[in-house]
Amino acid sequence: MVSAVSTDASSAQSAAASESLIEIRDVHYSVGGRSIFSGLNLSIPRGRITALMGPSGTGKTTLLRLMTGQIKPTRGQILFDGIDVSALKTRELYALRRRMGMLFQNGALLTDMSVFENVAFPLREHTDLPECLIRNIVLTKLQAVGLRGAAQLMPAELSGGMNRRVALARTMATDPEVLIYDEPFTGLDPISMGMIVRLVRHMNAALGITSIVVSHDVHELSDLSDTSYIIAGGKVAAAGKLNELKGHQSEIVNQFLNGLPDGPVPFHYPAADYQQQLLADSE
Amino acid sequence: MKIVRELADNAGDFAATVGGVTLFLGRLLRQIPAALLRPSLIVAQVHNTGALSLVIIMTCALFVGAVLGLLGYDTLLRFGSEDALGTVGALGLVKELGPVVTALLYAGRAGTALASELGLMRATDQLTAIEMMAVDPMRRVVAPRFVGGVIAMPLLTVVFIAIGIFGVQLVGVQNFGVDSASFWSQMRASVELNDIAEGVIKGCVFGFACNLIAVYEGYNAIPTAEGVGRATTRTVVISAVLTLMLDYMITAVML
Repeated sequence: MVSAVSTDASSAQSAAASESLIEIRDVHYSVGGRSIFSGLNLSIPRGRITALMGPSGTGKTTLLRLMTGQIKPTRGQILFDGIDVSALKTRELYALRRRMGMLFQNGALLTDMSVFENVAFPLREHTDLPECLIRNIVLTKLQAVGLRGAAQLMPAELSGGMNRRVALARTMATDPEVLIYDEPFTGLDPISMGMIVRLVRHMNAALGITSIVVSHDVHELSDLSDTSYIIAGGKVAAAGKLNELKGHQSEIVNQFLNGLPDGPVPFHYPAADYQQQLLADSE
Repeated sequence: MKIVRELADNAGDFAATVGGVTLFLGRLLRQIPAALLRPSLIVAQVHNTGALSLVIIMTCALFVGAVLGLLGYDTLLRFGSEDALGTVGALGLVKELGPVVTALLYAGRAGTALASELGLMRATDQLTAIEMMAVDPMRRVVAPRFVGGVIAMPLLTVVFIAIGIFGVQLVGVQNFGVDSASFWSQMRASVELNDIAEGVIKGCVFGFACNLIAVYEGYNAIPTAEGVGRATTRTVVISAVLTLMLDYMITAVML
């Protein structure tokens, strides 16, 4: 009987574990004596779109760097499909990264290569595919982002939105299991933003990949994300569907979601008393 | 007290830099066999660092040779031995001026280009993107640039020496009327294989040093406009100082 219960418990646990692709467990991280995370816990569900949000400087990009093994936490675990990312050796980490794709805020296209060569880059590095097959894969990926006609352009000739779409095609070239988007909407006009939103949704639905989106854009993410985490003060301040978080009791969550200029995140950077400083300076 | 503290800080920085360069060199050398398996990447870098530096190297070599011809002729004339101009010019260029001036010009043209290119790749997340595509940037980006530069430098040195000797000849033989046969025969009689080897060895060593500094500074640049600028400046300054120090050491050993 005991054995049956324990089997049930372990199978429930493994089912829960298999539902989440990435688990962040009690992660602490500090840099230069400043604590960024102090006991962060969250899980990224498999096959869904998860939004990571929070005021500037709360460490959203740092969290992405932790997830991808670019930096190691001071304490805690980051599990990717059950594998502790921070415990991996370089070769193992590179093997794990072949299952991930990351879209950078600025696209990070290789500026000495054409659009075609940028998308072909991971294929040339990781496969021995014949040139005709590489060509077909690249054209397929570029077609998916609507830029097949721009294959021969150089990155300097692309607009911000096109740059990010090419970067997305490059990220998709090796068919990763998880796509990580770092501020994908920043600095884009509404048309380009709409294109990126459509692509994120389409990639997620068509390919069943897990998507993690770091962004400040509450409006876009309300429609796009299945789950959202709002990070503040080194921890998760709120989690759930973004539309349901609008009336959250946390002041900082309310300030962030409603775009209030003053609150727990103050308008003024901490400073000495204004009047005293003015008088002292004039003296 | 303040001076002592500053000296201690500088010594600490220097030790940290030497340690950093040594570790970097270890990582780089481990990636070189893999880089050699992709010769197309190296050929592209020999073109970038070598072929694109040819114009500046050839122009400067011509003028350095011409100045050597002027000064050499003026000095030798005082001893009535202006026929030895070919020997003086060739030995000066092969053993000293060729490798050193090529290294200084290389650091200013190709070294800065390498450092700023890698620094900008760092600042614009290109190196991180390569890492995120599970490709080691040391293998794919840094090692081919380093090997390409190390191959290009001795070749540029040889070109510099050849054009420099042409410059000496232009001033000595064509302008001042030094006997052409004496110019070339004395040069052939007195310049030995050891002298040429010294020039080529210097070219290789300076090439190794200048390229190592350039890729180290660029790869480790602080990812800001100021950081890239500082990396570029440090590349030129450190390469120049290191070239002259190494020049003294090699000359002393090979005397």
